[in-house]
Amino acid sequence: MALPQVKQTATDARLAALSLPEGGWSRPAREAALARVQAMGLPGGRDEYWKYTRPDTLTAVEAPSAAVLEVGDEAPVFSARDRLKVVFVDGVFSAEESDELALEGLTIERLAEASDIHWAKDLYGTLETNGQTPVERPLAALNTAFATDGLLIRVTGKVEKPVHLLYRHESDSSDAILHHVVKVEEGGDVTLLESGPAAARFNKVIEVDVADGAGFHHVRVQGRDHERRAATHIFGRLGTESTFKTFTLTVNGVLTRNEAVIELTGDDAAVHVAGACMGDGDFHHDDTVFITHDAVNCESRQIFKKVLRNGATGVFQGKILVKPGAQKTDGYQISQSLLLDEDSQFLAKPELEIYADDVACSHGSTSGAIDEDGLFYLRARGVSRGTAEDLLTIAFIAEAVQEVEDESIQTEINELVAAWLGRRRG
Amino acid sequence: MLEIKNLQVKLEEEDKQILKGVDLTVEAGKVHAIMGPNGSGKSTLSYVLSGKDGYEVTGGEATLEGQDILEMEPEERAAAGLFLAFQYPVEIPGVGNMTFLRTAVNAQRKARGEEEMSSTEFLKVVREKAKSLKIDAEMLKRPVNVGFSGGEKKRNEILQMAMLEPKMCILDETDSGLDVDAMKLVADGVNALRGEGRSFLVITHYQRLLDHIKPDVVHIMANGRIIKTGGPELALEVENNGYADLIEEEA
Repeated sequence: MALPQVKQTATDARLAALSLPEGGWSRPAREAALARVQAMGLPGGRDEYWKYTRPDTLTAVEAPSAAVLEVGDEAPVFSARDRLKVVFVDGVFSAEESDELALEGLTIERLAEASDIHWAKDLYGTLETNGQTPVERPLAALNTAFATDGLLIRVTGKVEKPVHLLYRHESDSSDAILHHVVKVEEGGDVTLLESGPAAARFNKVIEVDVADGAGFHHVRVQGRDHERRAATHIFGRLGTESTFKTFTLTVNGVLTRNEAVIELTGDDAAVHVAGACMGDGDFHHDDTVFITHDAVNCESRQIFKKVLRNGATGVFQGKILVKPGAQKTDGYQISQSLLLDEDSQFLAKPELEIYADDVACSHGSTSGAIDEDGLFYLRARGVSRGTAEDLLTIAFIAEAVQEVEDESIQTEINELVAAWLGRRRG
Repeated sequence: MLEIKNLQVKLEEEDKQILKGVDLTVEAGKVHAIMGPNGSGKSTLSYVLSGKDGYEVTGGEATLEGQDILEMEPEERAAAGLFLAFQYPVEIPGVGNMTFLRTAVNAQRKARGEEEMSSTEFLKVVREKAKSLKIDAEMLKRPVNVGFSGGEKKRNEILQMAMLEPKMCILDETDSGLDVDAMKLVADGVNALRGEGRSFLVITHYQRLLDHIKPDVVHIMANGRIIKTGGPELALEVENNGYADLIEEEA
């Protein structure tokens, strides 16, 4: 089927500006992905899935310029932790700043350097391809085709230390495409941390295959450079009795689209996808989640909280698809926004599609101002208006932050939120 | 301590006069009670004194130790020593009771130019005071008032009062929703705080709370005014005869 002319032109222009990496073992997957992009076309303003978020700056040939935020001597998040640190500067691996790529319980290599015979061959682009139906995600296919680097992590045991991907943004015009693959084998367990603004424009895909009885924990703090743009996808496939938990904190960034596409394929598995964002002014943040239940007795939770002010926009598109036979499914979805003034807006599209008869699925979406009764109660006890508002804001996002299993990371997240609130207050 | 002169208050959003000239003086160290039928303006008085939005003062004044409190923000009134025990304590999901208490104690100390309480000292004091109010560690950890029973909420109010050590405490129908045992526990908590020049204004419908918290002075409020003032015997009179006689007498 021919693409609409506008879409064809935009897609051709973008693809012409990129060159397919040599890729070795990943070359066939990249070529197939390129064919997918050509067939689908890049997202356009008329696509239903992009109704609330304009994709033009994400698909443009050149990345719109984004100033680098000077944070002075502020220590980056997670830097006090014992972890394996891997640094990418504007999407380019920094050997100098990274730790040696070795950690007990896993193997870790760079996509750009991985040898020809490779375990990741069966996975690279596979979960992304699965995630293209029933909804197309052309930016993810573009990523599979053109990713310049990324990490290939194979987890064979319970890994004590987290792997920390630290992204740094140093050039106003950088345009980064990274693709990570994580394979957690039976009984394995790993925590992946991500932080930083990455680039002026960042397209990132993570594919995560969690085998039977394995666990994957992901905590991401997207950098707070005001002008940066990011389109990210995390694709997950869960085996029997496995666990997958992801939490994202986003502060600032002019445009962020985070998609999570998770498929529960083994019985008794659990997936939790959570996010909190705090936006101000021309901030636009979109959480798009698609969870497919294709096994018995699985649990899924989607918990998204947005704090918006000065005209900021928050978007939530969340879907739970329960396939025939996925009995005893327990699905929960909540998306809420706290609008600190009348200029901000929250757009939500919660969806349930259920083809099994013995399931419990609930969803809810709310928008509201700060609770005046709670505010007065706190002030009547001597707490200043500003502090009271901060406390209530932190309380508002708490349900999402509590999805992070490690309490010390929860504390770190809350400190970031408090710092954001403090800066806003000036 | 607290001096209210000819206080007149209407609702901000509608043309409805609630308080029509309230005069009341509570001396340091005294316990005053205000009784009155529903709709007499008792709760409005407590809200206006503590600074809740939605009311407009159309006349009169209220001072705490000579300071005009009506011009102050609610948090400034609290730091000046005013405390309202709420009739309906507010639930605040996501804020731990301990965090709340500690934030409040230190905010007031800071506002008064005093040093903040260290976490060790705070823990020690809060545990001791909670114990006497039969508030367990679990309740201290839970979010403020969330999932608390009626009695637990009121005990939590008294715990806040004990931690904040205000000079002037207003108890707004603290007995509502309490069974006899819970009421006794709350009253014991209040009585333990009496003295040291601390004053109380106890607002209630019923005389029974005043069996436990013995007032020095009892006021009867009706239709936005104090219509009668007397000793503790006045509360008994209300208990036996109701408000009707008193209101008629005044009219």
